Amino acid sequence: VRRIRPLGVARAALVFGGLVLLPLVEHAPWVVDLFIFTLMYAALASAWNILGGYSGYISLGHAAFFGVGAYAIAITFTRTSIGSGYRPFLVLPLVGIGVGLASIPIGWVAFRTRAATFAIVTITLLFVVQQLAFNLHSLTQGSQGLAIPPPRFDPFERPFYYAMLALLALAVLASWWIRGSTLGLALLAIRDDEDRARGLGVQTTFAKLTAFSVSAGLVAMVGGVWAYYLAFIYPQFAVDPLVTIGMVLMVYLGGRGTVWGPVLGAFILVPAQKYLAYREGASNFYLIAYAAVFLLVMLLLPRGILPTIQEWARRLRARTEPSSTAGEAVVS
Amino acid sequence: LHLFVQACLLGLLTGGVYALMASGLALGFGVMRVINVAQGALIILGAYLSYSLQRSIGIDPFLGLVLLTPAMFLLGVVLQLVFLRPLRDGQEREELSLLVTWAIALGIEGILARTYQTTYRSTHTSYADRSWIVDGYHLSEPRVFAFIVSAIVLGLLFVVLHRTGLGRAIRATVQNPTSARLLGIDTRMVAAVGFGLSVATASAAGAVYGIVFTFNPGSHYDLISRLLSIVVLGGLGSLGGAVVAAMFMGLAEALFAAEISPTWSSFAFFAVLIVVLVIRPQGLFGARVRGAM
Repeated sequence: VRRIRPLGVARAALVFGGLVLLPLVEHAPWVVDLFIFTLMYAALASAWNILGGYSGYISLGHAAFFGVGAYAIAITFTRTSIGSGYRPFLVLPLVGIGVGLASIPIGWVAFRTRAATFAIVTITLLFVVQQLAFNLHSLTQGSQGLAIPPPRFDPFERPFYYAMLALLALAVLASWWIRGSTLGLALLAIRDDEDRARGLGVQTTFAKLTAFSVSAGLVAMVGGVWAYYLAFIYPQFAVDPLVTIGMVLMVYLGGRGTVWGPVLGAFILVPAQKYLAYREGASNFYLIAYAAVFLLVMLLLPRGILPTIQEWARRLRARTEPSSTAGEAVVS
Repeated sequence: LHLFVQACLLGLLTGGVYALMASGLALGFGVMRVINVAQGALIILGAYLSYSLQRSIGIDPFLGLVLLTPAMFLLGVVLQLVFLRPLRDGQEREELSLLVTWAIALGIEGILARTYQTTYRSTHTSYADRSWIVDGYHLSEPRVFAFIVSAIVLGLLFVVLHRTGLGRAIRATVQNPTSARLLGIDTRMVAAVGFGLSVATASAAGAVYGIVFTFNPGSHYDLISRLLSIVVLGGLGSLGGAVVAAMFMGLAEALFAAEISPTWSSFAFFAVLIVVLVIRPQGLFGARVRGAM
């Protein structure tokens, strides 16, 4: 149930206030660059969580929407005279809405399956889109990649930083709002027992498709900013299975179905990943390290950090004051 | 018509290889409800190992299977014991297994990329470029050998599953794990051995793959996307379904390449998959699978 709690507002204000001030205080480009990628993955993970965390439907194809968003922005540059500057950021909402709408028929097909089959079908979506990026040569220039003229911002990173931050804020806000809404309740009911939820009159298909579409639209907008920032995109990096795996891993690490878990997961993993890639970049060692971290998280912390901490806190409270917490539900 | 028949022949030969690859995946799901995304990476691992054997000691890839298959079997048992057994039983086991095996696939890809670099390779044999000409149709020798080996391994798998005590235990576990346990079958042992078997098929599949195609450590994505489509098409967990679906997909892909366009041939897979999902979400032979609608 959605309540505006002072503590929650204070927490959000603290996190986002700190993040807004950061580039004004810290000017080193590599720090801002690191934070851009951290914010990007935090936004991606939060968006994924709206579907994967709340409804339990594990989509492994979200990198496809990321790539579509990236290509949408890049193609806008090659096909229109939009010019580099701030205007491409204004196209983003259109990209988000467009991809969100386009994802509905895809979701309709994918949602004919459940559980593991759904995950597999979404994996194939990923490879379909990657193949399209390679093969639709006239639109994407195939494996040559598409170049975007880099804008002359000073400092260069700042607009991208704030764009990513805005998308993260949007994703977190959407997660929080959906979690407290009827839609959120429907999604949680689907996660617990879909057949029973449908039997009780929950509009399961509508709920799933809405979550899928919102999640896909957010991911596509993040992909658009990413493409503009890198100024050069190739099919194998724009539609990268590692992007999907990143989102999923961060959500699992932080805590599925919680509002802040995905953000926390991204703020732990992205710096770690960047550090490894920086130290061991050429040698593919980071793939092995990534796999190792993933396996450790899945095997040792399958519920994620936040739910585990909440569980501890609840037990601790139950021990100190057994009477008052008896009927309290878990709030996150 | 000549082109059509030629494409059909090629499709059936490739389909046989797909059948072998997909059988391991279907077996893994059937026995333990594990969707082994690492199967593609294991096949590529098998391809590299047989490549190395042939390069360093000059063992023919098909003979090398005598060494590789037991080794891959052991690897499968170890992977199952270390990574898959700890997963808790329950609703989410299948999804979790998907993520865990994806991580295993990444690990294998990373190790291969470190050992062999990322250049494309292929196992060269004396018969690589030869082909038989039957009635005007070309049958390339490596593909025919690959088909024969696939058929033999699939036959062996069938014999193990249907003519041995172990196979009986595995089938019982597939049908109903709880009853199997009640009847005194050590289902945990069966799960380990079953996963070992499914990984062991990756050695033969890898040897075959290395002869017919070029590969690099990243090739497993291409492979697994096709294999997963096949297994979903056949109905998750149905071995026979996987074989039929593999032949069907091999045919569809070859015909698509011959009649429409080779660059889009892998789309035949996805097109077929989408059509099947719209009409029959449980796959062609997937009536028994729970949870998949």
